[in-house]
Amino acid sequence: MYDLIIVGAGPAGITASVYAARKRLDLMVITQDIGGQAAWSGDIENYTGYQFITGPQLSQKFEEHMRKFGINLRENEAVLEVRKQDNSIKVKTDKGAFESRTLIIASGKRSRELGVPGENECKNKGLTYCATCDGPLFSGKDVAVIGGGNSALDAAIQLTKIARRVTIINIAPGLTGDPIMQEQLLYNPQVTILNNAKVGAVLGSKMVTGIKVLKDAKEETLAVAGVFVEMGLIPNSHFAGDVAKNELGEIKVNGRNETNIPGIFAAGDVTDVPEKQIIIAAGEGSKAALSAFRYLIQNRF
Amino acid sequence: MDKHVKIYSTPTCPYCIRAKQFLKDNNVIFENVDVSSDAKASEEMIEKSGQMGVPVLDIDGQIIVGFDKEKIKQSLGL
Repeated sequence: MYDLIIVGAGPAGITASVYAARKRLDLMVITQDIGGQAAWSGDIENYTGYQFITGPQLSQKFEEHMRKFGINLRENEAVLEVRKQDNSIKVKTDKGAFESRTLIIASGKRSRELGVPGENECKNKGLTYCATCDGPLFSGKDVAVIGGGNSALDAAIQLTKIARRVTIINIAPGLTGDPIMQEQLLYNPQVTILNNAKVGAVLGSKMVTGIKVLKDAKEETLAVAGVFVEMGLIPNSHFAGDVAKNELGEIKVNGRNETNIPGIFAAGDVTDVPEKQIIIAAGEGSKAALSAFRYLIQNRF
Repeated sequence: MDKHVKIYSTPTCPYCIRAKQFLKDNNVIFENVDVSSDAKASEEMIEKSGQMGVPVLDIDGQIIVGFDKEKIKQSLGL
């Protein structure tokens, strides 16, 4: 039985692990990847102490800090279920089952998927959720960006420098991203914006050849080699069955990072904490670890 | 004999950076191919791996898609 299991190794999970290790708790971190969304960020200029650092570099520093404590880390492992029974919390993963007195859920968010036919088959075959990563492969090609918020506009702007034509498929009547980004796209002849439009299917057998676009009750095929899905994020909270969530699926926490279940804490982007920032996630992770520590003492474990 | 390791990557993808760091940490000599600036190389990568995601590792002809640490370790006997 562990004192603490942490789910996730982004800024929140890693910071929690550092604080818990310094309290000499017997702990384990279970995660699919290291760095979380921070690892996918481009330039970071608002993490105190670094006037400029890239997402991968900051994640690398987080990881080094965690590894310095020799923390028991299980990577590439997915948590399937967490459940509290008597005074212990059972954690079931795709590779094993574990028990702990306390749990910190810091599993972050992931990209929202289209949920249309052809999406799964075309993943990494022209359909991607990371314009920063895969954008450069579409040099001179025609591409579509799905979404109308900041992440979609950011992707579209990046792609105008690489691709030939960029079509934005936006479900809302107008773009919702920052005006400064909208302006960069509205007057760019490479860019077509389709508002009130949605994707019906992704087409292509070996590689993406196009998408079906539904607009004004009509369905048309748009020939593209790349589809960039940028429709925002959803919290990785599905495995936390009995833990209370808000309407967005974010885990509800109080100022001490407690959930509705004693012994289960949550931190970072998976929670309903206002504002999702790397520095906030890190701070929340430290609070959650200290709360877990206090809980262990108070319950005389 | 050491295996020939080739990594197809872009400068901006975090998993490419991590994969390259992992190889360096293990003293593996590798050839880095930046597919964002080399259209021919990107065609070659798509041909070899049947997909467009980076990174792709070619270890003596064995193709590994993504930063799959376990597979890379196995292939290199680390």
